[in-house]
Order: sequence, then C-alpha cells, then structure tokens
Amino acid sequence: MKIGLLGKKLGMTRVYDASGRSTAVTVIEAGGNVVVQTKTVEKEGYAAIQVGFDDQKPQRLSKPALGHFKKGDSAPKRLVKEFRSKGDGSEFQGVDLAVTQFEVGDIVDVIGRSKGKGFQGVVRKHGAAGQPETHGSMMHRRTGAIGMRSTPGRIWKNASMPGHMGDKRTTVQNLRVVQVRSEDNVILVAGAVPGPTGSYVVVRPAIKAHPVK
Amino acid sequence: MSAIIAKINQEQMKQDVAPFNVGDAVRVHTRVVEGDKERIQIYSGIVIGKKGTLMNQSFTVRRISYGEGVERVFPLHSPRVAKVEVETQGTTRRSKLNYLRLRKGKQAMAVREKAR
Repeated sequence: MKIGLLGKKLGMTRVYDASGRSTAVTVIEAGGNVVVQTKTVEKEGYAAIQVGFDDQKPQRLSKPALGHFKKGDSAPKRLVKEFRSKGDGSEFQGVDLAVTQFEVGDIVDVIGRSKGKGFQGVVRKHGAAGQPETHGSMMHRRTGAIGMRSTPGRIWKNASMPGHMGDKRTTVQNLRVVQVRSEDNVILVAGAVPGPTGSYVVVRPAIKAHPVK
Repeated sequence: MSAIIAKINQEQMKQDVAPFNVGDAVRVHTRVVEGDKERIQIYSGIVIGKKGTLMNQSFTVRRISYGEGVERVFPLHSPRVAKVEVETQGTTRRSKLNYLRLRKGKQAMAVREKAR
C-alpha cells in the first residue's frame, strides 16, 4: 500500500537508463519515517496517520511537543505531517513507510515550499507584458490599470499586483520514479521539485496519475 | 554536493576513460541500436572543445563529411560512447578550436601535431 513519504531534497543529477538515455532527476532522501499518531474516525472524526521525519534534539522542543512524541513512542522529529485515509483507515494497519513502498515507474506528486523570490513587480510575478521602454513612455514596468470605473467602483479580489513571490506551498504533479535506492533510503524522481536543496518535501502517490508513456 | 549524489554519479562514471585533449584526432566508438541489434559505429574527427566536470563532462568532435562540416557533442560518461581512441595528438594554444569552423579546404582540419 502506497501511503507517501516525508523527505529532504538533496539536489539534482542525471541518470542514464538501459538504452543510454539521460534523465534529469531530483534526489530525495526519505529514511526514518515513523508513525507518531494514528487518528481514527471514532476519536478524531477522520482516519489518518501522523508521520514524523528527521530527528530533532529534545531541548529544541517544548514539553507538550515532547510529550506528544513520547505518547506516540517516537523520537522527537523536526517535520510532522498527516496522511489522510480515503476510507476508514484500514490501510494503515502495519503500515510500511520505507522508500521501497514506491517502485520504479510509479507516478508521484511532490509537495514542497518554493524558493522565495522577495518583493517582485507584476512583470516577473504575474507575467505582465509591461509598457513601452521608449517613445516618451515613462510607464516601463509599472502595474498599469487594475480595474474599471465607477462600476464596480472597487478593485476585484485577487487582482494581480506586486508583492512577495515564491516561498509558498507548491505541488508538482505526475513525476516518474526513476530509481529507488533502499540502501541509501533515497528515491530519484524525474524532473525538478520545488524548493532549495535541503528543504523538506512530501512525496505522495499521484492523485491524477496518467499512464506512463 | 551531497555524499549520496556523489555516490550516484560515481557509480555511473566510467573508470577507464583514456585521456585525450583538445586538438587530438580521435575515433569515437558509439553504440548504435538498429532494430533490435546493437553495433559499434565509429565517428572520427578533431576534438574542438571539452566542457563540464565529473559526471557531466562532454566533448565536441568536428569532422568534414562529404565537404560539409559536422560537429557532434558526446557526453563522456554516456553508455552510448563505448570508447574514445586517440589517433594523433595535437598541440593547441586555446581550449576551444572554434576558429576551425571558419576555415575551408585543407586548412579546415589543420591542427599542429604534438612534437614527440
């Protein structure tokens, strides 16, 4: 049963397959995933498992947090996430959270936190075309019009304006698993994954998986 | 680079690559798949550049084929490149021989041979 994994992005490299074709891959380290808590429909109202990844020093955590890990019979962890069940949670019986739950050729989604780009204008952030650079134009990369006139007399929500870009939760869907290296607790997925090297990612079976070409 | 990525790269790198330099005339043995059969095809020419490090090394080989200049870029550690054989060694004063592209006729492949 494929549940998912918490992992750490180690970086990218290339891998040659049997026919000599090169694939760009992201290396994700995902060893030591443990179940911290099992949630049930009776008690919490929904079935899920809470999974911890990457050891944390006990003195860095509050006492309530330490107590939670102790109750779940787990070492203190830096990252804790939930994997929710679609049904009654029966798939979590004797769950295996090793990298080997995924096989070569599986299609996965990877969720991470994208690299922060700072405060950016509309041209970079929203792909606005900008205004003329010359011929007397003094608009250049400014925002331009953001709405209409007295109807509606206000700015629509979600109007594209300058602001902070990046550093938000980003999902990349349908990445192929190229290699599973159980000796290193590492999986290799084809293509890029959000976030800088060393950031945490969630690997889950693709929710909109399509057949591999 | 993390130790695990270095290990993945190390596994794929060829350990027995014969050294060659820019300016050398080489014969590159490439594995070609035709239908379900595999054979070795030889591409010979002059190495006009090398780039990359470790796992990502590649080199460019230029030859004049039926009067037309042809360049091919080979990743050094690709399994499709079976062997690189050095025919003659050349001496060059620069690392990229792009000036050969402007030359015609006999001069087009003229790289001074290395003095023994």
